Amino acid sequence: MAYTVPRPKLTFWEKLYLPQVVGGLVITWGHLVKMLSGKTKVIMQYPEEKWDASMPPYYRGAPALVKDEKGRERCVACQLCEFICPPRAIRILPGELPADSKWVKVEKFPREFDIDMTRCIYCGMCEEVCPEQAIFLRKDYAITGFSRDQMVHDKTKLYEIGGTLEGLVFKWNPLK
Amino acid sequence: MDALYSIDWYLILTSLAKTVVVLGIVLFMVSYTVYAERRVSALIQDRLGPNRVGFPLTLIGAKKDFSPILGGLGQPIADAVKLLLKEDFTPAHVNKFYYWIAPALGIGSVIVSLAVIPFGSSFLGDKMVIANVNIGPLFIFAFSSLGVYGIVLAGWSSNSKYPFLGGIRSSSQMISYELALGLSVIPLFIILGTLNLSDIVDYQVRNGWLLIPFTNGHLDFRKILLWGPIAISFVVFTISMFAETNRLPFDMPECETELVGGYHTEYSSMKFALFFLGEYAAMIAGSSLIVTLFLGGWHCPFIPDGTGAGGWEALHVIPAWIWGLVNIGVFFGKVGLLLLFFIWVRWTLPRFRYDQLMRLGWIFFFEIALVNVFITAFIVALLPN
Repeated sequence: MAYTVPRPKLTFWEKLYLPQVVGGLVITWGHLVKMLSGKTKVIMQYPEEKWDASMPPYYRGAPALVKDEKGRERCVACQLCEFICPPRAIRILPGELPADSKWVKVEKFPREFDIDMTRCIYCGMCEEVCPEQAIFLRKDYAITGFSRDQMVHDKTKLYEIGGTLEGLVFKWNPLK
Repeated sequence: MDALYSIDWYLILTSLAKTVVVLGIVLFMVSYTVYAERRVSALIQDRLGPNRVGFPLTLIGAKKDFSPILGGLGQPIADAVKLLLKEDFTPAHVNKFYYWIAPALGIGSVIVSLAVIPFGSSFLGDKMVIANVNIGPLFIFAFSSLGVYGIVLAGWSSNSKYPFLGGIRSSSQMISYELALGLSVIPLFIILGTLNLSDIVDYQVRNGWLLIPFTNGHLDFRKILLWGPIAISFVVFTISMFAETNRLPFDMPECETELVGGYHTEYSSMKFALFFLGEYAAMIAGSSLIVTLFLGGWHCPFIPDGTGAGGWEALHVIPAWIWGLVNIGVFFGKVGLLLLFFIWVRWTLPRFRYDQLMRLGWIFFFEIALVNVFITAFIVALLPN
């Protein structure tokens, strides 16, 4: 059904338009003066000042791999994150643990682990799907590079961002 | 050698010198008007604007030199270098000849119109106006309306929908506003009896600025009576000037939001920069005309002119040529303030709808200007000077 938008009734002064223009000019002038006198504080000089301190704990930044407290890598190269990743940013090349290894029951480890940061959409699905709690979204947000190759994070870079995370991980438990 | 001292060579050399000076000042003002535009718009919107490319730290590679006030003064240089070095791309589907000639028309007409503006009183005995012609305002109107050909040709030759719409809007906007623009200053010419811009300024030095008639120190009944029509023609003229120079709230040909840049959508690099330059130079030319017609040109009360006459007696000890320079400074200072007003209005008002603009031009300003002519004629006939 047709709907008529009600038009506001304008007074004589509003119809003249010029007084309203002056009113608008006064408002913008006020903003200008407040800005010049430093009363308005809404600006952060970005590269010098950063908002890292006020970043919420649930912030989803760059995904990274973590090691446990003994320096062992948590990832078992199950490739679940590679399969779930919506933009297919993750590429894993699994490797087999040697048969004489003490942790041979773990079976696999990632020989290569690349995340293409030009594709990553920071959705956090890799973190959710990981059975070993090996991949986490960290608070790094300024991911830059001069070429596409530099934007691909390899294993070393991922562990560098991720660091160490303590806590129980099932695969290193000899009793399980 | 004697030929160099002839009147012809004197005229040629002084005109050349004055042309270089005016062109230099105007192009400098254009680049810093763009900077002012960005800074003022930012401050009005509670931002800071460009505040990093400053003198001289960024030139030698220092990074942490942002400052709220002085930083960013190098921005126009950076912008100019960027625009000069960008790829000058000509799309395959354009009409090459008109595509190339349009930016030149856009800026050329504006720069020519600067020739008749008296930008100072006199300096070392020479009048500070490049061409002291007796048809000043007509000359400016003629050339500023040529500027629309640049826009229309750019819109048409681009062979693309948005520029075409921009060009069409521009042409109809010019037609509807130039009527009001021309008619609104006729009352001034009735009062002044001359079309020579230097004479107009001289009249204002003697009898007070037209818009602020008490600057010569006294008011009479005739002046107060004439102030009403002059104020009306000032308002109509200024608003028409906004439309003439394609400034918001009348930037129909450009319309970033609707026409993605309008007539210069298909332009890049220095050709785009020429349009940009032309637009801001037109603003400066328009402001100069407003200052000359209504705000006393280079005159400032109490300050002597370039021959050392007028003003306070106490100031006459200082050589006259210094006052000649001060007068030039006063003129460009007034123009600068008016430019700030242009910018201030731009960041306050939203764009008019197309039909509203037509209505304003044809139904209101045209009639107001026309009636104003008769009111002024009536007053002048009643109280001849």
